[in-house]
Amino acid sequence: MILGAILAIWVSNLVAAVVSMGIVGFGLALCFLFLEAPDLAIVQIVVEILSLVIILAAIMKTTPEDTKEARGPLRMTMYIGGAVFFIIFLVSFIRICGLLPEFGSPVLRMAGDYIGSGLQKTGAPNLVAAIILNFRGYDTLGEATVLFAAVVGLIVVLRKVGRKR
Amino acid sequence: MIYILPIILFLIALFGIVVKRNLIKIIISISIMEYAIFLFFALIGYRVEGVPPIEVEGVRYVKFVDPLPQALVLTAIVIGLATTALLVAIAVRIYQKYGTFDIEKMRKLKG
Repeated sequence: MILGAILAIWVSNLVAAVVSMGIVGFGLALCFLFLEAPDLAIVQIVVEILSLVIILAAIMKTTPEDTKEARGPLRMTMYIGGAVFFIIFLVSFIRICGLLPEFGSPVLRMAGDYIGSGLQKTGAPNLVAAIILNFRGYDTLGEATVLFAAVVGLIVVLRKVGRKR
Repeated sequence: MIYILPIILFLIALFGIVVKRNLIKIIISISIMEYAIFLFFALIGYRVEGVPPIEVEGVRYVKFVDPLPQALVLTAIVIGLATTALLVAIAVRIYQKYGTFDIEKMRKLKG
């Protein structure tokens, strides 16, 4: 997946970049399967296909060529800035890595309750669905709101008929 | 220390956002950043020898993985799709107006 990400950033053809992004996305779906999250894997595959199709359609409508890199000092500044970001985040994350719970034994403060009494309280055998639709239903309502806002924005941006001038 | 892998993925995408000047490349980098965060959440919820959090009739208390991060990520994946679609739509509109994806040229054309 990391190789796919590097490829997606470096390759100079946009279609190849989208295919590399597909490598990352489907690798992520595979990781979800190995991490015992089948719901996530299913949703990730569907969403990955949809987003690849959307970006490919946009590229087909426009141009598949990458833009030229900047020349001279501007380019140096950009790369140095990127490297500084990279190093600062990496070092700070390594420092806080010790505070996280050990891999493989998460803190089950809330989820222990959900696991213990989820079936009796909601009647749903799938605990992920129980949490999404029952314990945290307002989250899902907010998600639907965001989706609605995004679709409205899409329609507004892409409509053919403009305002009369 | 396995948490370092999604962070490296995140940082590569961040590098791409900072360095690249093509709008589509920036959108792809943002998507990869989202994937890194999803992977991090799924890693946090994992338990050794866990099973997917689906109750089977007759089997009482087997060791489930944490269902809470999975629920959050499930919400975030769908929102990520909507955000990507909106970004791509805006990028296509910009291309129709300026004829380029290069953010540098766009600034020059504005005059």
